[in-house]
Amino acid sequence: MSARDPIPYRREKPGAQPPNDYPLYKSTIKRHPKRAPVRIAQTLTEVTGPTFTKPWYGKALADLTKMHKGEPLGERIILAGRVLDEDGRPVPGTLVEMWQANAAGRYAHPRDQHDAPLDPNFTGFGQVVTDAKGEWRFVSIKPGHYPWRNTHNAWRAQHLHFSVFGPAFATRIVTQMYFPGDPLLAADPVFNSVPDAKGRDALISRYDADLSEPEWALGFRWDMVLRGRAATPREN
Amino acid sequence: MKLPLTGSQTVGPFYHFALDRPDWADLTRNGAKGEKIRIEGTILDGDGAPCPDAFLEVWQANAAGRYAHPDDRQEDKKLDSRFLGFGRVSPDAKGRYGFTTIRPGAVPGRGNALQAPHIAVNVFARGILKHLVTRIYFPDFAEANEADPVLGAIDDAAHRATLIAKRGKAKKIGGATMPVYRFDVILQGAGETAFFDI
Repeated sequence: MSARDPIPYRREKPGAQPPNDYPLYKSTIKRHPKRAPVRIAQTLTEVTGPTFTKPWYGKALADLTKMHKGEPLGERIILAGRVLDEDGRPVPGTLVEMWQANAAGRYAHPRDQHDAPLDPNFTGFGQVVTDAKGEWRFVSIKPGHYPWRNTHNAWRAQHLHFSVFGPAFATRIVTQMYFPGDPLLAADPVFNSVPDAKGRDALISRYDADLSEPEWALGFRWDMVLRGRAATPREN
Repeated sequence: MKLPLTGSQTVGPFYHFALDRPDWADLTRNGAKGEKIRIEGTILDGDGAPCPDAFLEVWQANAAGRYAHPDDRQEDKKLDSRFLGFGRVSPDAKGRYGFTTIRPGAVPGRGNALQAPHIAVNVFARGILKHLVTRIYFPDFAEANEADPVLGAIDDAAHRATLIAKRGKAKKIGGATMPVYRFDVILQGAGETAFFDI
């Protein structure tokens, strides 16, 4: 260790992240490495990552109900939250990408063959950069449940996909947000792949009456928490 | 206060309409300084089957060996305002991907070590619950690779060798001839790529 060494991000505790060898989710069977990952100390490579001060990623797309001529079908929702680190500090200026199925449970993706209607007024992709308080907000519609071929008669819990970068290569995360009270959560292997119960709960948004707008949309709030930096004091 | 970390979840099979950004597969698109190179390969599963529903993200230093990030304080190396250092690339139906970038310079390791030129890679896919982390190194720097502390953390030589790209035949792309490197990502089984726990 030298005085110039970068301060690393804290290691993820066992149980915080799903194992890649998780046969209840069938697609993992041929896609998980058999060898254990090689543990390395973080270098400048891992503590740096893309920044979003310049809009090289394109324009903000915060309202997924306003991307087409007409309004999409479905239950209109407002989703808002913060990107924080483990110590509760906001993560400003980071790109949040979000994608989802339509209200009938179908993605605007050519390979999605689920026999549910596409909605010509809904694509289901949004992106925003967090503000100085780490806050983000989307307007969308509630995605439907949909079947998948993991096991007989398997259906996914309602979810939205989120991708967030954070300040470093080491903080990158792609995840899914769920809705409170969804009866399918108990049997959803993707959701249940997170070992810690607290970690699973943290993937479920909560209904927020204050975020709801009267006569217009229901509000759900959800925070994303990224790895924090080890509290090693910087040597001078 | 310690908040529970957000758990990772798979990108699933239907991310393309949202996350595919073909222009992000050319890291030189804004006119980066340095030697243009092309990196190509296939993403394969444990049966050797291609994974068209996987994608890679890459992160690297500029030609001088500096990252476009406030934590890189190497004032002696110039930033390149035309080079971000980040890319995302999705494979075709046969699992083949390719991206264009510039050859990264060497960056410091921990202590007084120097790292060999490399590109950091995240692998996402249906069936991958937490993205996999790996690195691409270059066969042109055998000595630097030998001394690289991260490569050195991989005990088995054959496993270590999975991270050294193979030099292919140069290609002419957009009027420029550039060296081509082949880097396959093998998720499981024989020739399995070395992945890191960072």
